[in-house]
Amino acid sequence: MKLGVRSQAFVALCERDLWVTVRHEPVGFLAQSLLQPLFFLFVFGRVLPEIGQARGAYGAQLMPGVIALTVVLTALQNTALPLVIEFSFTKEIEDRLLAPLATWAVAIQKMVIAAFRGMISGVLILPLASVVLPGGINLGGASVGAFVVILVLGALAGAAMGLVLGTAVPPNRISVAFAIVLTPLIFTGATFYPWASLARLQWFQIVTLFNPLTYVSEGMRASLTTLPHLRAGWIGVGVVVALAIFTLLGVRGFVRRAVD
Amino acid sequence: MPVSGADEPARLRRVTRTGETDGDGDRNGNGGAEMIRVEGLHKRYQADGPEAVGGVDFVVARGEIFGLLGPNGAGKTTTIGTMTTRVKPTGGRVLVDGIDVVKDPVAVKQRIAVVPQMSNLDRTLTALENLTFHAAYFGSPRRDRRKRALELLDRFGLGGRGSDKVNKYSGGMAQRLMIARALMHQPKLLVLDEPTTGLDPQSRLFLWERIVELRELGTTLLLTTHDMLEADRLCDRIAIMDHGQVIANDTPRGLRRLLPAEQGLELLLESPTDPVGRFEQRADVDRASSTDAGDGRWQVRLYGGGDRLPDAALAVTREPGGPTLAEMRRIAGTLEDVFVHLTGRDLR
Repeated sequence: MKLGVRSQAFVALCERDLWVTVRHEPVGFLAQSLLQPLFFLFVFGRVLPEIGQARGAYGAQLMPGVIALTVVLTALQNTALPLVIEFSFTKEIEDRLLAPLATWAVAIQKMVIAAFRGMISGVLILPLASVVLPGGINLGGASVGAFVVILVLGALAGAAMGLVLGTAVPPNRISVAFAIVLTPLIFTGATFYPWASLARLQWFQIVTLFNPLTYVSEGMRASLTTLPHLRAGWIGVGVVVALAIFTLLGVRGFVRRAVD
Repeated sequence: MPVSGADEPARLRRVTRTGETDGDGDRNGNGGAEMIRVEGLHKRYQADGPEAVGGVDFVVARGEIFGLLGPNGAGKTTTIGTMTTRVKPTGGRVLVDGIDVVKDPVAVKQRIAVVPQMSNLDRTLTALENLTFHAAYFGSPRRDRRKRALELLDRFGLGGRGSDKVNKYSGGMAQRLMIARALMHQPKLLVLDEPTTGLDPQSRLFLWERIVELRELGTTLLLTTHDMLEADRLCDRIAIMDHGQVIANDTPRGLRRLLPAEQGLELLLESPTDPVGRFEQRADVDRASSTDAGDGRWQVRLYGGGDRLPDAALAVTREPGGPTLAEMRRIAGTLEDVFVHLTGRDLR
């Protein structure tokens, strides 16, 4: 099959990014995306139960949320950080913007690669958890299809959020912006507990519904465990709406940065 | 050719055979003899802000080296930004190879390459990878990419340095690598933004040679500069820009003809007050102007026919209380003089 000029450029840009991931910065990529979840799993899933501060099964409950967190954060950081650097410091983005494809397609390409990196890290949590967690992992009753769908959509939503962050925030404020955005994102995303268990803290339960990560966490819970979770329909709506809104805003922000 | 080796012409021929210039069908121009046409170009970055470019028109013919010359802030970078699809015009239109840059930016991108002022090389990649991936974006087959990349590295004096990471490169090397990268997809139009600013004299000469060589191979070159010597040496035609407008557009020789036919003399004088009045009074001086050079010095320009000017100048300095002469030179018709003549001030 002969690709058109634009698709060829799109594929070549992806090739470059994959080449860099595999050839030039595999260690950096893995450390950046896996170190934090590794410690979450270790401290919350192993240390706390062992010293009697949490129930033994907590680790198993934790894992879907940690996968969701890893997928979304890795994808987010892999669009936001490079964009900030490439637009303001290294100007590396310029060579991409001059490649024969539409400006918006360059933004989408960034998202696709960041999402891909998010998905890889998310999947790598599974073997990691089986080693770190005291009882290993139990995937009986898991739905592979649902897992893949939520993995892909969650990663893309995370990448879209990163696109917004990376193009909307001026480079000198990026560290502040990261602190302001990431911390609430991590802790209001139903990561460390099923959303339903927040029933007694209803105001907080409602707050978490505004966090796209909540839907990804619940989606992971739904696909990998038998824990209580949001209805599949709501999970789908939450993730797709977040993805649509952030993609729209992010691509618009990107085009504004790219063309004066 | 002090920098390049004696085998240079042979190398050139080889490059020509591998197809440096437009060859294949879909790259053939639809702009006729014109590579660039800029018509009534306006650009305002903010709705209530000033115009960066206020009504610019010019045409660049296929295969020429065209220079945009002007001080910083004249609108040169904005003007080339519209051609490279990075700046959206607020008025007028820009055609590259007959294609409207706003209507079909992708087709324009296929035809152009840009070498920016500051390095925008891919720092995670090696020099060779910078070239091969760039070519991949333009759909060049894998084997051709590598061959051409090695060839270009050689041609730009970077042979053997292909596997270095580019962050190890010096400014001059980065500049050469960026030009090599730009040539990877065989653009019809190469845009160079202040190509030699900040380069040492040797690198500058090397670059000038490569630029002339490219023109010989059929590439159209558009460059911006505020270096008069560079513009004079390289360009077939020059548009002088100031305050967002093209104030003159001609060959270097044609531009010099804009200077007054009479002779000119530039003096640097030490005097407590502006001495221009003393010159204006003299019958052998047709016109005189002055600018305060600071520190009790004045730059005075005299114009008049014949060879009378030096004598007139010396006569004034001998007057009682007259200014002291520090420097005297003939206005010989450099581009700098043209610029001063057109704008009434120095370029820098």
